[in-house]
Amino acid sequence: MRILVCITHVPDTTSKIQFTANNTKFDPTGVQFIIGPYDDYALARAVELRDQTGGTLTALNVGEAETEPTLRKALAIGADDAIRVNSFPKDSFFVARQIAEVAKDRGFDLILMGRESIDFNGGMVHGMVGELLGMPSFSPVMKLELEGTTVKMAREIEGGKEQLEAKLPLIAGCQEPIAEWKIPNMRGIMSARTKPLLVLEPVSQETHAEASSYQLPPAKGAVKLVDKDQVSELVRLLKNEAKVL
Amino acid sequence: MSILVYVEQAAGKIKKTSLEAVSYAYALAQKTGEGPVVAIALGTIELQELASVGEAGASKVLHASDARLNAGVIQAHASAVAQAFHSVGASTLILAKSSLGDAVAARLAIKLDAALVSNVVELPRLEGGFVVKRSIYTGKAFADTTITTANKILAIKKNAVDQKTEGPKAQVEPFAVSIPEDDFASKITATEQATGEVLLPEADIVVSGGRGMKGPENWGMIEDLAKTLGAATGCSKPVSDIGWRPHHEHVGQTGVKVAPTLYIAIGISGAIQHLAGVNSSKCIVVINKDAEAPFFKAADYGIVGDAFEIVPQLTAELRAAL
Repeated sequence: MRILVCITHVPDTTSKIQFTANNTKFDPTGVQFIIGPYDDYALARAVELRDQTGGTLTALNVGEAETEPTLRKALAIGADDAIRVNSFPKDSFFVARQIAEVAKDRGFDLILMGRESIDFNGGMVHGMVGELLGMPSFSPVMKLELEGTTVKMAREIEGGKEQLEAKLPLIAGCQEPIAEWKIPNMRGIMSARTKPLLVLEPVSQETHAEASSYQLPPAKGAVKLVDKDQVSELVRLLKNEAKVL
Repeated sequence: MSILVYVEQAAGKIKKTSLEAVSYAYALAQKTGEGPVVAIALGTIELQELASVGEAGASKVLHASDARLNAGVIQAHASAVAQAFHSVGASTLILAKSSLGDAVAARLAIKLDAALVSNVVELPRLEGGFVVKRSIYTGKAFADTTITTANKILAIKKNAVDQKTEGPKAQVEPFAVSIPEDDFASKITATEQATGEVLLPEADIVVSGGRGMKGPENWGMIEDLAKTLGAATGCSKPVSDIGWRPHHEHVGQTGVKVAPTLYIAIGISGAIQHLAGVNSSKCIVVINKDAEAPFFKAADYGIVGDAFEIVPQLTAELRAAL
């Protein structure tokens, strides 16, 4: 069983988001970068499935050299080897093209990634890769079990979930509670330093929808506090001032 | 040129978020001079229900009635919508962002060689190209995105436009699709869905509870308030992690992102990950006994006090007022 897990290199969820260069670039000052939280779930489940099946697990990132510590962390958590496609991830289509190219001749049975990256929140790369490779794709997947070549999944839908059965090979965009996040141990961190990390150049520069400029939402006004003995006043404000009732 | 809208159904009813997408397409057609707006609906749906899509702004509804499409079989839906897109000669596809919509749109982006932009929050700007504003960093920022392909797909975030309700009935046409058997190879074996309730991602009002509620046995008061308002109920991550509430109610960075008109947070401190799931709300009310709770900084209105006293009072006041 060969598993590919695709990870994003994104600002920590607590980051204050700011832009620079006349609002055309993300400002990384003071920002800590992490494996995307959804990708972290995918990685954790991928490690479990690799251990269960005795297969191999490759971690992939499309990013410039600065993302290597994030890939090394994936190796420390349990990936056997890593691939970095050496380019800024310009848009979802661009990233999907690179992933499909890496995957097409390497015979992966299962490709996992997060349901979406937490920077651009597109949630579309898994489906695009699926269509490019002619494989079924599912997202957001909250449970994934293997029974031979059958994959039993649960996919979250509005107000509930669907139980699914499909055959390998397939692609899944993952979310909690598919597995518990794994924290690398000392042995993992040491061995990650010497695990293979292959750097490939992008196959195409084609993009479809690149972000050209950024804006922050307007600053929120101060909260209007209502005394706890004046609950009727809150109802009046919601009705007459905010006009939301 | 026609604008196609992929509308989703649940148990034969067209989803409200899909009707918003139809209204977005209608407004887009007005702006660009394109049209007509044509909807594609899949599976078993009554004629009358299909015609009512016109009220939201569609002049025609194509109906592929194959009952195998009642379920959200991702690949089959993508194939059917692609056929409709070619059949009406569209260059733009509009859909509502949703669990199924996102998955289908991604495959369509490749099938149709189209740019796909998701989380679209308003109509595009047409000066200097087709520029779409979308929400990014889980609502913490926006990006102007320039589409460079001839075909385009926009997945619309809730509340991007007001839903139109006064349009004439749409003309309904049967639409014959030929879907490869392979698209049905994966099987949906069961669906578990909350029934008779307002679904969280689609709700106009959301009432959420956090650890301040002290235990699942106290959710009755959240539900009473929600019922009074016709609202959906949500919760914070710790509450779903410890199993007080199901995961599909978890609002936040790694849960459901909501965009209601009114969000009421009860006994939730307001961790940044929770705020990421609610920051697209129009109006936020926070009830918390800790005056220092960070949620008050993100709120429009707040009451500092004990939820167990305030919430029943609020429910009673609302019942009297509404």
